[in-house]
Amino acid sequence: MPGQTLFDKIWGRHVIADLGDDYALLHISRHLMHDGGGRGLAMIKSAGQTVRNPDLTFATFDHVISTEPGRTHDTLKPYAQRLYDMRSEAKRWGIKLFDLGQPGQGIIHVVGPEQGITLPGTLLVCGDSHTCTHGGMGAIAFGIGATEVIHVLATQSLVQRKPKRLRVTFEGTRHPGVTPKDMILHLIGQIGTAGGTGYAVEYAGSAIRALEVEGRLTICNLSIELGAKIGMIAPDEKTFEYLKGRPFAPTGALWDRAVADWRALASDADAVFDREVTVDVGKIVPQITWGTSPEQVIPVTDTVPDPASAADPDKKKAMQMALDYMGLTAGQRIQDAKIDWVFIGSCTNSRISDLRAAAAVAKGRKVAGHVRAWVVPGSENIKRQAEAEGIDRVFKEAGFEWREPGCSMCLAVNGDTIAPGQRSVSTSNRNFVGRQGPGGRTHLASPAMAAAAAIAGHIADVRSI
Amino acid sequence: MKAFTELDAIASPVMRQNIDTDIVIPIHRLRDVAQAELGPYAFEPLRYLPDGSDNPEFPLNKPAYKGAEILVADTNFACGSSREGAVWALMGMGIRAVIAPSFGPIFHNNCFQNGVLPIQLDRADVLAIAAELEGATRPGANSEPRLAINLHDRTVTTPSGRKIEFKVDGIRRDALLKGLNEVELTLTREREIAAHQAKARAAAPWLYPTR
Repeated sequence: MPGQTLFDKIWGRHVIADLGDDYALLHISRHLMHDGGGRGLAMIKSAGQTVRNPDLTFATFDHVISTEPGRTHDTLKPYAQRLYDMRSEAKRWGIKLFDLGQPGQGIIHVVGPEQGITLPGTLLVCGDSHTCTHGGMGAIAFGIGATEVIHVLATQSLVQRKPKRLRVTFEGTRHPGVTPKDMILHLIGQIGTAGGTGYAVEYAGSAIRALEVEGRLTICNLSIELGAKIGMIAPDEKTFEYLKGRPFAPTGALWDRAVADWRALASDADAVFDREVTVDVGKIVPQITWGTSPEQVIPVTDTVPDPASAADPDKKKAMQMALDYMGLTAGQRIQDAKIDWVFIGSCTNSRISDLRAAAAVAKGRKVAGHVRAWVVPGSENIKRQAEAEGIDRVFKEAGFEWREPGCSMCLAVNGDTIAPGQRSVSTSNRNFVGRQGPGGRTHLASPAMAAAAAIAGHIADVRSI
Repeated sequence: MKAFTELDAIASPVMRQNIDTDIVIPIHRLRDVAQAELGPYAFEPLRYLPDGSDNPEFPLNKPAYKGAEILVADTNFACGSSREGAVWALMGMGIRAVIAPSFGPIFHNNCFQNGVLPIQLDRADVLAIAAELEGATRPGANSEPRLAINLHDRTVTTPSGRKIEFKVDGIRRDALLKGLNEVELTLTREREIAAHQAKARAAAPWLYPTR
């Protein structure tokens, strides 16, 4: 029998029933919910069903909450009913909810690993496409729709088709200024936003092994921007070290048993993938998106591409529409684009290492006068840790605004928006049309690049600051 | 769930690559508008001009495509966010089937949960279908921009009578044809779920937190 991939091993452990045609009924070992979840829970009740495993579901508030400093009942008001609904439903069913101001509150994809809820070998789902983030812990994790959420609540299982397997091997050493965000944006630029469609992606290679856990979470976070709803990285000593002592991680003898099991969670040497891609990390320079799809990305040293250079007429048309929306001209230096906003946050880049990297650039400098710059920590714990390290003061002294944890301006559903026509450099994951508010223009980049742009007042190369 | 068997209806091409679900339904509409009322906001950024009037260039606003129940789209349709509201918004404007070279993976699953049929075809076929539909709207054309979809024999028939076969997973096809509710089906497997969980709990007790 040929070797198995990491994906196959974890998938196999969760198959309740083979449904034929590559479909399986899968057991769900972790289910995460955010503040949109009250509706699903209420529907379970009205359908006369029950939440089968409240012990395996965890919830917090992130999407619609205000991130205003010192947020109060009034700042939460517009969407407060959702929070009340979620609170009462979580209580009714006995679901653990990390509420505002408590350790454990934050962006659900930051909280899962941080709390030790996301463990290697789990099959984890959540009604949010960036659930792929958790794959960085050595789990199969993917986003699901609202009806699938109800299926999970009622049955602790899900009907899914087994995807094909794609391995992306990152080899070589990163140059200074090049971050995990640049690695994954570069990959998306190379194989496109549909390059991973139909696959579960495993990221491997020396450059992945060299990454700390937080960087691996950033890599996996953007898997959905490759068209793959699953991205994962084999767990290793760094993963175990990261998890040890986290509130929901196993302890004592169970910890030892768990680690022994987790060590076997790697693709076998003779495992066969349906597709292989290799990336030379030494050739990557800091990345910045110029268009309205994450695949429209260039090195920050480049000029804005010319649609005339595209062979496919549809691609040409898409490029021109993106240029028009973004208010850019083919051939202009991307670094000449003046900005109005900087957003440092989101499930992609709001962890402590991200904030440290941005603060290192901001330290002793000032945000340009015409730029408004926000730092939104990913969780209550990260906020507290950053404040203990004095990182909040570095940002505030430089003119950044230090906010409360939440999704905030990544998807702008809570009212944190940029105005039509305004330009933002953001550490989030989507530069879609209207993503940060109708008419808003988003450039995706790493935390250090975002901080550099805030200070320069235009898109900038962090290496020249 | 409403069953899907056969559909002979007006089909509108919206040929743009990587249309994301933020375009299909903007997040603030999903937040503020009831599920059944999302139709008027489907494709909002493409469908309306800044002053709120219909964008005459957007295919679904053209008289020839009025009442379209089938959408023909380009690569990676409905990529991005998992929002099921993207399917609800399309349903709200009358769409029952979408034909594209590839789909966002979560949207693809969400369609089947709502009785909407996503049909994946080779890009060359999708482009040919779109061209035929556009041709049928030209003055003097003696056909309508209609497609006939038959899920029983898995075919799409174009205005010129060309029949294109498509693949659809058996389990999904069966559920659509019968209008089955997946949650109710799975609830009948409770004994298997319980047995699996008992085994999994014994093999990896650390996955089951005690509170």
